[in-house]
Amino acid sequence: MAAPMLRWGCAGRRWAFACVDGGSRHGLGARNDFTLSGMRGQSSLALQPLITAQKPRKGEHEWAAVVGLEIHAQISSNSKLFSGSQVHFAAPPNSLVSFFDASLPGTLPVLNRRCVEAAVMTGLALNCRINKKSLFDRKHYFYADLPAGYQITQQRLPIAVNGSLTYGVCLGKKRRQVITKMVRIKQIQLEQDSGKSLHDDLRSQTLIDLNRAGVGLLEVVMEPDMTCGEEAATAVRELQLILQALGTSQANMAEGQLRVDANVSVHHPGEPFGVRTEVKNLNSARFLAKAIDYEIQRQINELENGGEILNETRSFDSTLGCTVPMRDKEGKQDYRFMPEPNLPPLVLYDAASLPAGADSRQVINIDYIRERLPELPSVTREKLIEQYGMLPEHSFTLLNEAGLLEFFQNVIKETRAEPKVVTSWVLNIFLGYLKQQSLAVSESPITPSALAELLTLLDGKVISSSAAKQVFEELWKSKSKTAAQIVSEKKLELMQDLEALEQLCQAIMEGHPQVVMDLKKGNLKAINKLIGLVRKATLDRADPTVIKKILEEKLSS
Amino acid sequence: MWARTVRLGLRARLGGCRGFTFKVDPQGTGQVTAELIEHLERLALVDFGGREAVARLEKAIAFADRLRGVDTDGVEPMESVLEDRCLYLRSDNVTEGNCAEELLQNSHRVVEEYFVAPPGNISLAKLNEQEPPPRG
Repeated sequence: MAAPMLRWGCAGRRWAFACVDGGSRHGLGARNDFTLSGMRGQSSLALQPLITAQKPRKGEHEWAAVVGLEIHAQISSNSKLFSGSQVHFAAPPNSLVSFFDASLPGTLPVLNRRCVEAAVMTGLALNCRINKKSLFDRKHYFYADLPAGYQITQQRLPIAVNGSLTYGVCLGKKRRQVITKMVRIKQIQLEQDSGKSLHDDLRSQTLIDLNRAGVGLLEVVMEPDMTCGEEAATAVRELQLILQALGTSQANMAEGQLRVDANVSVHHPGEPFGVRTEVKNLNSARFLAKAIDYEIQRQINELENGGEILNETRSFDSTLGCTVPMRDKEGKQDYRFMPEPNLPPLVLYDAASLPAGADSRQVINIDYIRERLPELPSVTREKLIEQYGMLPEHSFTLLNEAGLLEFFQNVIKETRAEPKVVTSWVLNIFLGYLKQQSLAVSESPITPSALAELLTLLDGKVISSSAAKQVFEELWKSKSKTAAQIVSEKKLELMQDLEALEQLCQAIMEGHPQVVMDLKKGNLKAINKLIGLVRKATLDRADPTVIKKILEEKLSS
Repeated sequence: MWARTVRLGLRARLGGCRGFTFKVDPQGTGQVTAELIEHLERLALVDFGGREAVARLEKAIAFADRLRGVDTDGVEPMESVLEDRCLYLRSDNVTEGNCAEELLQNSHRVVEEYFVAPPGNISLAKLNEQEPPPRG
């Protein structure tokens, strides 16, 4: 093949992987040498050796991709960021709109305390430095769903900066190995959401609903430390889990509570970063990785064919599975940032700087918030590994599936079975059935109690492992019967009569002298045939380990 | 109205300009180019009208430029005249809303309970074509 192979690297894929200098030349200015709780100005990417799938031919290049993310998370609060109208997902159009949200003259912004606390909590959870003084600015642009003609945001001095997010990428064929990666958080800022536009192309008009206008958003800016769609999707998932654990945002992508824009560029390892494009409209976790990978490949193809990448904004078309240009070539937007004249600087305190006798409703103490931070997902995982001896990848799976952790913990509470058995059943069999029928944990026909009962029976050696699986299948189908009922109905109890079992084993051995000879000659695997025969004869109501023991005893005698 | 916008932008530029991108006069000749006028008109949706308005703008810039005469070395720029005030924090309670009918009265056109707007943005330069231009 004359044309060079186009390959780009990503952990877990078999293509060439590049060691990239995680600088911020990705349009964000020179890289700063800052300290992140121990890390000094180092590249935050996992340094991996250059692996090539095949011997490089002349003219063949490796490509490295660089992905940065801008994530907008809707703050979970009762009222909006600067007004007292309600925050709610579904409501009659324009019913949750105050005069300020509609930008009527004479109205002023009044900052919601809960939103500030949410921003501080999120900043602390992401190891950021909380700015004791932050400022609000106006970002101007015209659009029908932005009644004021500007958005109040924090461009000059945001509330939190210089943090990090650690996430685990599952590698290997069966995704058994978990590698921790880190992405730097550039900043977190408070800003207003805009209203919603419904485009009516037929009548050439746009319908505007301002219910969402003014809702508080946390914008989390992640540095371009990621190299592919999977890493980006995993980082986003981890952020979702953190926000949900903190309660600062429900981070539900389907309901628009979490929106992600990706900045993507490619370059040859060792060379400066390439021109980046912004990919918007990534509205589901599924499409996030797909869209980013598509864009990376598109850029590689374009450059390999001698084209160039334009610094443009593209949108992901989920039906076509590709990115398309979004804006026309009018040039860069000029947002005419200016300080928000109606809001003084936002000042936060800590235990040391808290003014004496201050009204507690009017001051925010960072240390107070830090002490009361809920348990973060990474800590929950560590506890699971320590308490139940499970593997890291198990803890990731338990947390990644909504409701699964709670299910697991409820089973553990009610059963006598070993945690390792519970882990195995929940992650393999239970989750397997759910996935097969595309069900969420909340839609499971089996309750934690039912599974707990089944596993207790298994633990007490009342039934065999294979019988337990049969019972599970029955439980799944019939919701009214208990495990015990199914066991007695189908007569799945293990044989308790050892004498009868011994007699059976003797009979089988006498009936198959060739196999016994084979065994005595040294073919140890032949015992499995005998075990199988005994199991068949007992209608699978005997424990294979017990059978094996009896057979071995008989053979040695 | 436009004059105030220009002056505010200039103040920010002279004050040290952290992150502001208002490029008024790269040559320093005090002349406002046609390109700049077009840019400003599109950004702020103002109509300069004629040569007279542009001349007034140039005079305003020259007037504001006199601020450069002040020595601000070592002086921290003021970010807000409200810098000594306390930012009031409101409790997270629902106290407003439920006035759709009142709000919709302000709209020229209404469909059910939605405000009606023209599709996308209409770029000044392309009023005849229906191209959807930059969306902030």
